[in-house]
Amino acid sequence: MSTFLGLPVHASTSVSHLEGEQPFPAAARHALADAQLRRNLGRATRTIRDKRAAVVGEVPDWEELRDAGRSIKAATMARLPQLLEQLEEQVTAAGGTVHWARDAAEANAIVTRIVRATGADEVVKVKSMATQEIGLDEALEAAGIAAWETDLAELIVQLGEDRPSHILVPAIHRNRREIQEIFRRTMPGLGTPVPPELSEDPHELVMLARAHLRRKFLAARVAVSGANFAVAETGTLSVVESEGNGRMCLTLPRTLVTVMGIEKVVPTWDDLEVFLQLLPRSSTGERMNPYTSFWTGVHPGDGPQEFHLVLLDNGRTAALADEVGREALHCIRCSACLNVCPVYERTGGHAYGSVYPGPIGAVLSPLLTGVTGDGVNDSLPYASSLCGACYEVCPVKIDLPGILVELRAQHVEAASRTNRLPSAEAVAMKAAAWSMRDPARWSLAQRAGRLARLLGRRSDGAERRITSLPPPLDAWTSSRDLPRPPRETFREWWGRERR
Amino acid sequence: MRIALFVTCLADTLFPSVAQATVTLLERLGHEVVFPQEQTCCGQMHVNTGYQRDALGVVRHHVEVFEPYDVIVAPSGSCVGSVRHQHTLVARRAGESGLVRRAESVATRTYELSELLVDVLGVEDVGATFPHRVTYHPTCHSLRMLGVGDKPLRLLRRVRGLDLVELPRADECCGFGGTFALKNADTSTAMLADKMRHVLETGAEVCTAGDSSCLMHLGGGLSRLRTGVRTVHLAEILASTEPAPADGHSAVAR
Repeated sequence: MSTFLGLPVHASTSVSHLEGEQPFPAAARHALADAQLRRNLGRATRTIRDKRAAVVGEVPDWEELRDAGRSIKAATMARLPQLLEQLEEQVTAAGGTVHWARDAAEANAIVTRIVRATGADEVVKVKSMATQEIGLDEALEAAGIAAWETDLAELIVQLGEDRPSHILVPAIHRNRREIQEIFRRTMPGLGTPVPPELSEDPHELVMLARAHLRRKFLAARVAVSGANFAVAETGTLSVVESEGNGRMCLTLPRTLVTVMGIEKVVPTWDDLEVFLQLLPRSSTGERMNPYTSFWTGVHPGDGPQEFHLVLLDNGRTAALADEVGREALHCIRCSACLNVCPVYERTGGHAYGSVYPGPIGAVLSPLLTGVTGDGVNDSLPYASSLCGACYEVCPVKIDLPGILVELRAQHVEAASRTNRLPSAEAVAMKAAAWSMRDPARWSLAQRAGRLARLLGRRSDGAERRITSLPPPLDAWTSSRDLPRPPRETFREWWGRERR
Repeated sequence: MRIALFVTCLADTLFPSVAQATVTLLERLGHEVVFPQEQTCCGQMHVNTGYQRDALGVVRHHVEVFEPYDVIVAPSGSCVGSVRHQHTLVARRAGESGLVRRAESVATRTYELSELLVDVLGVEDVGATFPHRVTYHPTCHSLRMLGVGDKPLRLLRRVRGLDLVELPRADECCGFGGTFALKNADTSTAMLADKMRHVLETGAEVCTAGDSSCLMHLGGGLSRLRTGVRTVHLAEILASTEPAPADGHSAVAR
């Protein structure tokens, strides 16, 4: 006998940072109008893209690695409950404490309670998507606890009172001049003097950030991190990073709290081997990332003496229940799909509203918050030309275009349930499908379409083309002409010439 | 060889010259082209816009029409991509396992034009003449869904008089994406602007591709800006011969 506990719950958008205020097309419009942003993004994504291509190209068995990554993830998802319980057992046996959080509010409350119990009023943070997703910094701040981001780019975002716009390089939308300005403005207030001759030289900017961060590392009693992986067989957590700030946070403070999405678990160390090859090459375009930290529970006299692992659901089991969408949980947050996406390159991360931007965000965000038929996140699966560049680079071969298409169908079906009247688009699509099921009706529709010949205007010289159309087709003619329909369709020509 | 032409709804309705060129080319190579007149559309627009339930009947119709043919060709990477990758998906989602099998079978016999020429018919020199400076845009679905690779380029290199110039950042999407061009018109236009810039950098008179849809988008932009660069479908270039070379029926100027 099994007990039905009800459908898994989607993430609430009131606490989680998983949904923006505007649908994608409206949010993208602001970004597209920002020429500086587009230059910053274009340059940055091109650089990472080229680096990735170079280091991936030198791995002879890259495709086999991708297949292995995909298989391990699929097998993991198929027995996620058992693996999570195994992880809990192992972490507990090694002296850690495991907490289960259904949603963002629960996770935030758990972390706040742990930090309060230590008596600390500030924490240092390792860059983490999970804690961004649940709005942990804001929740801690509301509880009177200051959360200091220690990843350089996260620090830039935090000091600029900005939002991250990329999974890996959250300040990708900023250039060095903007960063210089942010540091000049904010560092003195944090007790870090800014030399008057501070230039926009990256080395100088980094040294200034380093002075600030050193003081934080040495004073912190509590650190909060995310996790790239958790090995179920030994209860070992792992963070991969480039700057060493993670290593500082994971080793210096007395208390360490790790917030991890439940999909990050891998069964064994052998499985980890595959991902440690796939991740750095796909994300930073490096053969190996500079720092790979592992920790298993606590050890007297060595590192944190108190370790808490918060396992976060926040819509993940709901995504797991989606037969097509569950593949999005395979994501290892490398951000290769962002860097190759032509939509992301032009709109940047903020347009997606969620902390997860780009192609993976366009599927993951609505999967976590639910496709409702009229929600802001329902616009995300349409934020793609389905060019397939993301699928091509994904290290675990997530069929992103396939999931986008599936979520579009879910949106249309949800909308038809919630709306009393079908949309004009739904009516047009139904009519088109009706005519396309029957050749006679189709020929008739084609002939009706030929009326558009009347719209062909003489715009320059003898060439006739359609330069303006009524809504909603004016969205086409705002930037492109349309050919005038020919006098004769192909089938008419064939009927006349060949029969 | 007896080849069934899957004309695609777009070429049938708006770009008949592309379909006529496909017929001309295949007949010149000594093959018999038949046109199953019952055909309408592959349903890709419905699938990609979220109307999979409406697409089901369209997919079933397509499968029924093309089932009797051994070799099917379309002058479109995108529509062949839909037949090959989406038809089974639509049928499976609707729980129609019989249709899944039939769609799979039709899919294995459906080829994009350059695939048919190079892989099935084994020709690269199709005897064409096209004395123009041309750049080739590999459309996303032909490149990534079908993996046509350099087949179109191999065909173009053998065209007499044709000066082939490489398109910078060729593998980037032109921004069409079906209803994406309407639903996210601003982003689509930003992508189009970059693609047009790259086309203009080549100094080519003609931009070619294997999809009328992408060419309609790209050509619509090039015409709006009065760049003078024409878009010509790959089939039209491969069909042209001396002494009357195709004057490059501009996709837009028609």
